[in-house]
Amino acid sequence: MSTPAIKLTGLRKSFGAVDAVAGIDLAIADGEFFSMLGPSGSGKTTVLRMIAGFELPTGGTVELGGRDVTKLAPFERDVNTVFQDYALFPHMTVLENVEYGLKVRKVPRKERRSRAEEALSAVRLEGFGSRKPAAMSGGQRQRVALARALVNRPKVLLLDEPLGALDLKLREQMQVELKQIQRDVGITFVFVTHDQDEALTMSDRVAVFDAGRIAQVGTPSDVYESPATPFVAGFVGTSNLLAGPVAEALVGRKGTFSIRPEKISLAEAGNPGTVAEVIYAGPVTRYVVDLDAGVRVTVVEQNQRTGTAALAELRGKPVHLSWHAEHVIEIPSEKENADAA
Amino acid sequence: MSTLGSFLHRHPRLRLAGLLSAPLLWLVVAYLGALAVLLVSAFWSVNSFTGVLTKQFTVANFRTILTEEVYRNVTLRSLWVALSVTIICVVLAVPMAFYMAKVASPRTRKWLVIAILTPLWASYLVKAYAWRILLANDGPMDSIFGGPGYGLFAVVLVLSYMWLPYMILPIYAGLERLPDSMLEASADLGARAGRTFRRIVLPVLIPSVFAGSIFTFSLSLGDYITVQIVGGKSQLIGNLVYANIGAANNLPFAAAIATVPVVIMVIYLVAVRRSGALEEL
Repeated sequence: MSTPAIKLTGLRKSFGAVDAVAGIDLAIADGEFFSMLGPSGSGKTTVLRMIAGFELPTGGTVELGGRDVTKLAPFERDVNTVFQDYALFPHMTVLENVEYGLKVRKVPRKERRSRAEEALSAVRLEGFGSRKPAAMSGGQRQRVALARALVNRPKVLLLDEPLGALDLKLREQMQVELKQIQRDVGITFVFVTHDQDEALTMSDRVAVFDAGRIAQVGTPSDVYESPATPFVAGFVGTSNLLAGPVAEALVGRKGTFSIRPEKISLAEAGNPGTVAEVIYAGPVTRYVVDLDAGVRVTVVEQNQRTGTAALAELRGKPVHLSWHAEHVIEIPSEKENADAA
Repeated sequence: MSTLGSFLHRHPRLRLAGLLSAPLLWLVVAYLGALAVLLVSAFWSVNSFTGVLTKQFTVANFRTILTEEVYRNVTLRSLWVALSVTIICVVLAVPMAFYMAKVASPRTRKWLVIAILTPLWASYLVKAYAWRILLANDGPMDSIFGGPGYGLFAVVLVLSYMWLPYMILPIYAGLERLPDSMLEASADLGARAGRTFRRIVLPVLIPSVFAGSIFTFSLSLGDYITVQIVGGKSQLIGNLVYANIGAANNLPFAAAIATVPVVIMVIYLVAVRRSGALEEL
């Protein structure tokens, strides 16, 4: 394996008595689209800020392309950041914003101009160069921030929840665009988000953060299909957790198990239960079912024929649920995880 | 009550009238009215024998101010004091405000804001007399530094002390609106601290500095009490106005002198308007 673009070893950060990041080891490959996924306060943004150099680690090291940069200032690192609030300079035009990094690095005027124009057209903002950031929409500002970072051709681009402020439609559109841009430029992207859809859609690999540690690293399908801990099962997508006597009754063994809602179907025969709630959500309908075994599970079915009236009638009715044995995933308990680590 | 409420709801103009009539009346009568009287009376005169006010248009007062050297000297001296006070305040306020807005912890920041505001709670006169004691012959300043004693330098010193909060607060407010991420973005794009300060902080800072300077400059330009208390024999514009109202009993001439700082301030405001300072107030 070649030198990773980013290598974190035993990385820790404490704010007073609080451990925001409690020991992280991670290697991110060159050209990878890597997401750090987790709830707020799980330490993902702090890790990103330590890679950028905005925070000094309490312990551990940060290596970029094999070089130890742990103690270096942000301006000495070959990374660029797209900020959550974009952090565009309000007194400069869009073009001046994009040129800023090149000007600092004393790139000659002519080359500077052509590279900035090129970066603006890469994010589809040709002809917007003379505008002030205040005169642009949220989505456009987001793309200026992207152009301002990419124009420097960094080894690694760090993105701190860059789509958080955009509305749903724009966000989905930007997800596709970001992925395309990343493929075109071939730069390593490290993308911080709390949105599991976003992480699953765009990434080559995902690290799921839980309380300052990485709970699981893997491809989106690894993380979704075989969650390593109950936390991952619960945070990435919706999950039906079966544990204790319920698990013994339904699965036939001791342990903790997870079944995704879309892997369960309403059937003629199977595990009996009662429909507690029916939620119509456009393309799918969610059923909340109380199984006789003593657990409440969520079931998601595609709406292929059903009308809303017929669905509502199911409320309170007895049903049977069925699923395939291979979709029941055993989750190692927290203790086993600790032993493995 | 609800009938009045719904009546007003249906008549937005009446609602606006209720909101604005009192402040508007105040603005027109008390504020512009007094200024108008000042301007008009500056063109009157006083009979020097009888001391009776002659309400007849004359530009004699202004001719005297513009031609006699003593008035030009006092005006220049006042300008010099106001300018010195402003510069001293800027030099002290910028690092202080930067520390408060960008370095100090939220707790420390709160205490610093309070510490800066506390001197404003004490009476102006008391503070001026406190400095009179500090600056007295064989007083604390004299025994430690061997000076400066009463005089123009003491005036600049005390006025800088008096008006410093008015400079710190707008700069602090301006810097607080500059997000930390903006400074980080500049560093992220390769800029060292010096360049970040020149290219990112300064453009935000300059309008705030001008906003603060409007306070320090105009307050210094009109002051006459500090000068009397610690200024020794020196006189500023304010003292001339005061002397003509009191001892000389020449209200029109006092009004004419009073228009000098007004004109200077108008020129100053027009000059700093271009920097965006007025949006910072």
